[in-house]
Amino acid sequence: MDKFILKYFNAIRISIAITIGVVISFFLIFLISKNPGASLSYLFLSPFLSSIRMENLISAASPIIFCGLAIAIPFQARIFNVGAEGALFIGSVTGVVFAIVTKMPPLIHIPLTLLVAGLAGGIWGLIPGFLKAKWNTSELVVSLMMNYVAYFFGLYIINYYFRDKAAGALVSLKISTSVWIPTLPFFSRTSWTIVIALAFAFLVYFLLYHTTLGYEIRTTGFNQHFAKFGGINVFKIIILAQIIGGFIAGVGGMTEMMGIHHRFNWQISPGYGWDGVVVAIIGRNHPILIIFASLFLAYLRIGGQYLNLMSDVPYEMVSVIQSVIILLITAEAFLVQWKERITVKEAERKEISHGTTS
Amino acid sequence: MVPILEAKNIVKVYPNGVVANKSISISVEENTIHAIVGENGSGKTTLMKVIFGIEKPQEGDVFYHGKKVQVKNPHDAIALGIGMVHQHFMLAPDLTVAENLVLGHEPLINRFVLDTRKSQQITQEISEKYKLPVPINQKIKDLPLGIKQRVEILKALLRNAELLILDEPTSVLTPQETEVLFQTLKELKKYGKTIIFISHKLKEIKEIADKVTVMRDGRIIDTRNVEELSEHDISFLMVGRDISFERIPASETIGEPLLKVSNISFTNEENMPVLKNVSFEINAGEILGLAGIEGNGQNELVEILTGLRKMEKGEVFKKQEDLKNLSPRQLREKNICYIPADRMKNGVAETTTLEENFIVDRYYKPPFSRGFRLDWKYIEKYSKELINKFQILAHSSKTPVNSLSGGNIQKVVVARELSANPTIIIADQPTRGIDVGSEELVHNLLKDARDKGSAVFLISANLDEIIKLSSKIIVIYQGEIVARFDKVDGIRDVDLGHYMLGLKRGEA
Repeated sequence: MDKFILKYFNAIRISIAITIGVVISFFLIFLISKNPGASLSYLFLSPFLSSIRMENLISAASPIIFCGLAIAIPFQARIFNVGAEGALFIGSVTGVVFAIVTKMPPLIHIPLTLLVAGLAGGIWGLIPGFLKAKWNTSELVVSLMMNYVAYFFGLYIINYYFRDKAAGALVSLKISTSVWIPTLPFFSRTSWTIVIALAFAFLVYFLLYHTTLGYEIRTTGFNQHFAKFGGINVFKIIILAQIIGGFIAGVGGMTEMMGIHHRFNWQISPGYGWDGVVVAIIGRNHPILIIFASLFLAYLRIGGQYLNLMSDVPYEMVSVIQSVIILLITAEAFLVQWKERITVKEAERKEISHGTTS
Repeated sequence: MVPILEAKNIVKVYPNGVVANKSISISVEENTIHAIVGENGSGKTTLMKVIFGIEKPQEGDVFYHGKKVQVKNPHDAIALGIGMVHQHFMLAPDLTVAENLVLGHEPLINRFVLDTRKSQQITQEISEKYKLPVPINQKIKDLPLGIKQRVEILKALLRNAELLILDEPTSVLTPQETEVLFQTLKELKKYGKTIIFISHKLKEIKEIADKVTVMRDGRIIDTRNVEELSEHDISFLMVGRDISFERIPASETIGEPLLKVSNISFTNEENMPVLKNVSFEINAGEILGLAGIEGNGQNELVEILTGLRKMEKGEVFKKQEDLKNLSPRQLREKNICYIPADRMKNGVAETTTLEENFIVDRYYKPPFSRGFRLDWKYIEKYSKELINKFQILAHSSKTPVNSLSGGNIQKVVVARELSANPTIIIADQPTRGIDVGSEELVHNLLKDARDKGSAVFLISANLDEIIKLSSKIIVIYQGEIVARFDKVDGIRDVDLGHYMLGLKRGEA
């Protein structure tokens, strides 16, 4: 039993965290809601109850996957860059502008637009990376500030130069159909975006664990002194990791525009970059685990939306419940003492039993 | 007679599952010097930490003067009359000797104002009582290690310690300073004090201790009177087999000069000249030993030679090739390898696998990778070969490095560096803090590399190691080479010690 616990400690820890989170949300909902049973089923069951909602869940997960990957790569190099939000925003703006001003057949236009969006995101990632490597500025602060720069600069470009004056809201002109990402066969609204997101996750997995560049990124993260000592150009790797991260965030943002909105319509920052930080932490920076973490987060979001829509529980309370669950999962030290006690017990049993000499 | 200290059936398991003490019982008689020896990782320090209240054992009791005591923290231990001098000194570097001594029990005027004169007076008295002179008003950071250690001892004595625990007290001292420490300990014994002395230097134990307890692998192997055992017996008990302490004779075949260093100078950030015109040459088939007390410029010299630091003035050549200010990778490409002094900082990435640690200098070359793709199958096979060849104790090539013992981690570093087919080896403290068995292995490997025609630059604070391995020796003091010995036969550690302390200088 003890051995089993040690082996699957992380899985058990996350299950317990989720259970406690769910129990706390039960408690909160019972306090607030006049019809707690129905509210609970909206929150936890409704995402599975219709194919439309399932599709919503999948669509909601895809930008989170992109941002999780975008955060995980610099995190693996132990760079705390939280600039995915800015890279996603600036990437989308640039991509939309490019898609508006150019005309091409879809086969070229789609990949080229994604590339442009990615490059814009990559440049956004480069700036804190360069400042960090060159002058040892805090990448956390710089990337955080860069998010605001991206937001206001992006809105300026869209609202002053590419605004659709015919539309009732502050949105950009429509992008031409040649850059629309089509819906998946057999699905009613889920686009190929999710497939692109999954492909990126597998690509990043391959990059991190099977290429020399991935080895360099991870080694820099494990121990920078060691990497330098071994001959790795740490300066270059720190910058590259953030460029790649920014690139992925930029692509992720643009797929939203091309797959769903077909124009730039974010007047507030969408927050996917922050979700990315959350799933990168839950998924321990591992690309495949990030897919599952993103689906889980999307599930909570969709359930929350329905709860808000259908019951008397306000959305604020939904956020509280989500936060409790995430907080428990991400608390690294949660249950560690328990693990240590078992480790000690196991070791004692193994080592001490066969007699002593003294 | 009732022993002053008795520990019974102590079991200590660390949270990571390492069992450091496997039901240990030990008794220490009053007014003796009791040595505890064992290889690194044998559990000596853990046992002392349990006695001093730093670590809490899972099982076992401690008796002091025959009475069962609960030592929950160092305060309890000090209140009982136990003092400990740690391997890494616990002193505030920016305070004076007197301030450090009274720290925690400061004499006060009107309960608020520090009574400086009284502290100085207290320091003076205790220092005179035990004949341990210290510069009362100097700051700790300006003092040599030997004096810092004396302050630590005084600190314990001031708190009325009758049992003093010294954890590897001589590891940082020169032979001369060690001699003074031993005088002090003998003196303290006359005052009725009991001393527990942890060491793995056998010569010292024979010289100073009355009783010796040998530990191995978390257990006590034997406790005896020192007269009953020879140095050889003790080492046999420690390791469980015979170990050679013979000097390795210089190689017969000396080749051409491989590494040529001339006039390296370096001034550090605080504008202190750290290296002054350092020059030397190492021939193929030679081991050049650099002796010196730590902090005399060795670190900077090694960092310059390994590309981690840029030099200001001077030249470094490998045969005809200029090595000046090349990057670590460029130097490695020229078959120069480096065993770093701080293995946990530079030598390994401790949280990842042995495999990933083995390839850090070669992952980008075939057959470890083709193009941008790593060949993990080959890397695994290769790592297994290294683990076998260098006798690394690990479950598999995929275990994380930090689950290994210190000696085995050092073997990981040495295995990587020496398997790179180096022609120049820079070995900085290659055996620091590792057990006798691993030390012997590392020494033999360096000797083999030398016999194959490599040039080895050995930097070590351990004079026995320098004398055992080197074909030639140079001594560094305050960034200058103050002595050169082209023949090592017959040189004793005390001879080197004089130069290391700056008492003597000249070309021998």
